[in-house]
Amino acid sequence: MRARYSAWNLLAAARGGQRDWAPAWRDAEPGTRYDVVIVGGGGHGLATAYYLAKNHGVTDVAVLEAGWIGGGNTGRNTTIVRSNYLYPESARLYDFSLRQYEQLGRELNFNIMLSQRGVLTLAHSRHDLDAQSRWANAMRCNGIDAELLDAREVQTLEPRLNTGPQARYPILGGFIQRRGGSARHDAVAWGYARAASALGVDIVQNCAVTGFLQTQGRVTGVTVSQRGQERRIQADKVALAVAGHTSVLAAQAGLRLPVTSYALQAMVTEPVKPVLNTVTLSPALGTYWSQSDKGEVVIGGALDHFPSYAQRGSFDVMQQVVAATCEMLPSLGRLRLLRQWAGIVDVVHDSSPIIGATPVPGLYLNCGWGTGGFKAIPVGGWTLAYALATGHAHELAAPFGLDRFITGRLIDEAGAAGIAH
Amino acid sequence: MMQLRCPWCGERPQNEFDCGGTTGIARPPLDCDDATWAQYLFFRANPKGAHAERWRHTFGCGQWFNVRRDTVTHRVTAVYGIAEAGPQVD
Repeated sequence: MRARYSAWNLLAAARGGQRDWAPAWRDAEPGTRYDVVIVGGGGHGLATAYYLAKNHGVTDVAVLEAGWIGGGNTGRNTTIVRSNYLYPESARLYDFSLRQYEQLGRELNFNIMLSQRGVLTLAHSRHDLDAQSRWANAMRCNGIDAELLDAREVQTLEPRLNTGPQARYPILGGFIQRRGGSARHDAVAWGYARAASALGVDIVQNCAVTGFLQTQGRVTGVTVSQRGQERRIQADKVALAVAGHTSVLAAQAGLRLPVTSYALQAMVTEPVKPVLNTVTLSPALGTYWSQSDKGEVVIGGALDHFPSYAQRGSFDVMQQVVAATCEMLPSLGRLRLLRQWAGIVDVVHDSSPIIGATPVPGLYLNCGWGTGGFKAIPVGGWTLAYALATGHAHELAAPFGLDRFITGRLIDEAGAAGIAH
Repeated sequence: MMQLRCPWCGERPQNEFDCGGTTGIARPPLDCDDATWAQYLFFRANPKGAHAERWRHTFGCGQWFNVRRDTVTHRVTAVYGIAEAGPQVD
């Protein structure tokens, strides 16, 4: 069976009609005991398993997924990667992630279709220009690429934008992170799954974690429901990588978190020939656009601003997003929407993640990425694996512990980076 | 779109309102320790299911009121005054 992906193997397999490929990863049945159990088979959970095995040699690991891998928020986001954050702690964290993405396809031997087409942020007012100068300069101070653009440069980059004199939201300029762009979401999930599985990790699907085994307050495993059967799985350590459902699971271990779950929706138009060059964001309109390799225009907007576990968005937010699209990209106005969906995101007051140990011994967290978890998959997995393997917070993740809500040392990226929350 | 029944204006579409998050949180004494204060400020139950929350009819009468709503189905099971104790949660 062929396992390694290469042009040569593709050619060689053609002789046999491409029928001798090994499955990308092993769909495992759960064992009864593991060193580490990771709850959630999305990008973060699978990356955690991979880095546990690769960086720390911990291979007695299970990833338990209630549905199918990559079927939650990993399959529901707009696949943007960027590291245009304001504060040094965030800059280090997100740029480490982007640097991992830059070589991930080669490392995993899986084409994640990384396309660094640039993330362009528009300025519609003098105040936007001032704020973005500060933002771009802060990025450069943190060693991250950022370029301020004037109106003409924006127009050259993205000619379909409404730059006319009648524009309701005039474009005065903007800035671009050229290393930003997009990657293929399910390729990231499957790439990590394949690499982790090859190192001995058990990936278990259709296996919902229903509670925790606890001895004298310490988490010692999980109870799961698989195909209608209840069973127990022992573990030295349990990690949650379940995004919007973190509060629900943590409550089973008696842990309350500074997290609120909201629905975040996105939508795509019918596919068309290439019309957009970059990922373009209008913070004033709370909307952003890119074009997928299939040709669909991918459009994202703001949260539905009330707590929700319903994986569907509200019509008023969709209407806002569509209106913003017709205004900013008038030539797309007659495209039809093909699909619209929502994911449940875990929003924290300072819009920064929570990574590492919890007050419950044996229970670890990777949550709070809110509306921006996809870009952070490599660093989320890397730092959570470090915490699980060593018992200490990784240097990059140390500022992002749960204790910051008590000490007051919040990293308020909501106000700072102007991300749409 | 979800409809909410404002106690003053009747049933109105959700985008006339702002959600103010969990309601009925008692403030601890001001000389409490930092951990207690953090629980009060930031830590929430964030339930999947029945949730007691505050809403404001921002683009209407501007009044605050309380709602008990299911966070999965968005079904509203009670609307009550901002200073009232809600119905017993089962």
